[in-house]
Amino acid sequence: MGSGSERDAVVALMIDYVHLIDEDRLEDWVELFTDDCTYKILSRENVDAGYPLELLSCHNKGMLRDRVVSLREANLYNLHTDKHVLGMVRTHQESDGVWTAQANFSLYQSTLDGETDLFAVGTYRDRVVFDNGQPLFAEKIVVNDTFAVARMLSTPI
Amino acid sequence: MPTAMSLEWPTDDFSRIPFAAYLDEDIYVEEQERIFRGPVWSYLALEAEIPNTGDFITTYVGDTPVLVNRQRDGQVSAFVNRCMHRGSMLKRECRGNATMHTCLYHQWAYDLTGQLRAVPFAKGHMGRGGLPPDFDIKSVKLTSMRVESYQGVLFGTFSDETEPLVDYLGDNVRAELDRVFNRPISLLGYQRQRILGNWKLYNDNVRDPNHGALLHMFHATFGLYRPTQRGGVKMDDRHRHNISYSMMGTSDDDADAEAFAGTQKVFDKGFRLEDPSMLQYDKEYPDDVSLTILSIFPNMVMQQITNSLCTRQIQTRGPGELELYWTYFGYTDDDEKMTQHRLNQANLVGPGGLISMEDGEAVEMVHRAVKREQDEHGIVEIGGKGEIADHDYLVTEIPIRGFWSYYYELMCIEAEQAA
Ligand code: FES
Ligand SMILES: [Fe+2]
Repeated sequence: MGSGSERDAVVALMIDYVHLIDEDRLEDWVELFTDDCTYKILSRENVDAGYPLELLSCHNKGMLRDRVVSLREANLYNLHTDKHVLGMVRTHQESDGVWTAQANFSLYQSTLDGETDLFAVGTYRDRVVFDNGQPLFAEKIVVNDTFAVARMLSTPI
Repeated sequence: MPTAMSLEWPTDDFSRIPFAAYLDEDIYVEEQERIFRGPVWSYLALEAEIPNTGDFITTYVGDTPVLVNRQRDGQVSAFVNRCMHRGSMLKRECRGNATMHTCLYHQWAYDLTGQLRAVPFAKGHMGRGGLPPDFDIKSVKLTSMRVESYQGVLFGTFSDETEPLVDYLGDNVRAELDRVFNRPISLLGYQRQRILGNWKLYNDNVRDPNHGALLHMFHATFGLYRPTQRGGVKMDDRHRHNISYSMMGTSDDDADAEAFAGTQKVFDKGFRLEDPSMLQYDKEYPDDVSLTILSIFPNMVMQQITNSLCTRQIQTRGPGELELYWTYFGYTDDDEKMTQHRLNQANLVGPGGLISMEDGEAVEMVHRAVKREQDEHGIVEIGGKGEIADHDYLVTEIPIRGFWSYYYELMCIEAEQAA
């Protein structure tokens, strides 16, 4: 794959990521990650102050799957639909088949009664690797500016 | 104008809670006066957050903005975070270090004891303007709170009447703080959660061991906490504080299966996590308690959920909104592996916690539903009626009655005496 089409594939992966969450296809969403992926939602407050605490963290694909299973089977959460708006993507090729990418997002949540709130604004800091021509997230770090989380953080950002 | 006293309190064991107490704006104002400005110790911060001279944090006691800093003599002081000139918020940052606190509006500058030190153009310009000659800068001090610390946990009070902190906490609470703050801690970070509900609904929630495995099905499913485990509740003499505790691995699977039969989410003995690392408890205290929720009236919770440790501060934002401020910590002698384990287990709690995310929703659902039911009452009878006392079972909500008995004392009895 040429680097131009690799870049397109990285951007397409980031687009798939938000659409799969918004369509509540979390089981498919998990498949966008490598087996030993890192997925973290960070509070900007902690990032700025140099504290390691996450709002949510998964250190492998198994933990991501556990989150999804828990949401489906165990957790009772505010029923809502998600809508992400993804900003322009800034990419950087680190080496052959290894990319970093960054984009801002906003995430709106709508209730069963059709009321919408802005739930989170922040930045994705991603590391994407190609596995047999297939782009996957090795790392997806969500830096959440809206760190005073409204109500609860249930579905992924 | 309704007051807490004018509400209907139909039972004297507080097994009925008037919904109006959660909703009424006038009662909320009364609470700020009688509780948050009254004879109680409110949680402010941990000493570890401000180890050095000049370190400060800003917080809220009820809805009063408060500035906490460490003075040159090592003592911690706390002030209303408001300039004495014309009332601007003095410090806007959440935390930092300062030698002086200078107001941004007209740059009045206060030292770390809250004493006004400098006023720009105090003598005016060319002998005109400025402060009148009889204005005594030394007489101006920030409004201060009394501060006391127990095991590195900082509390403040606005009242001269408040009993000494050690008495306010009582033996059980002190023992619990001794247990968890047994050695120096290191901070891991913060989380915040905004909930559209009354601050007392959250106090009820943390004094309700019965909901643990019913609302938080993750708990029951993976055995971290089940109502059949060994555990119980311990309170102080006046039942305003509470410690709920339980021990992992002591539950009875068959009794659980029977008890959960007919509930919406099926209790499943066979359910396993792909990565169960976050369920592991590295025993680190002499006892077998794996889960503790300590609630200190009126605004503090401390948790030990296996190896996840944190304080939660309840800040009020009007009758219908609260902010929870979670401060996570480990110990300075934790190795890298233990720190990672604690961070990993932080997934269990906080706004995104696998066993706590539901609390925000539960509080909001109550707040929304009772809005037009202000004359009605909540029922608090699980665990028993009548006497409020410690007990060693978990199917209970008796500590909620303890909270309300003390609330009633502050809001109604003392109000009557004052009148
Ligand atoms: S209000 Fe603070 S200096 Fe004027
Ligand atoms: Fe809870």
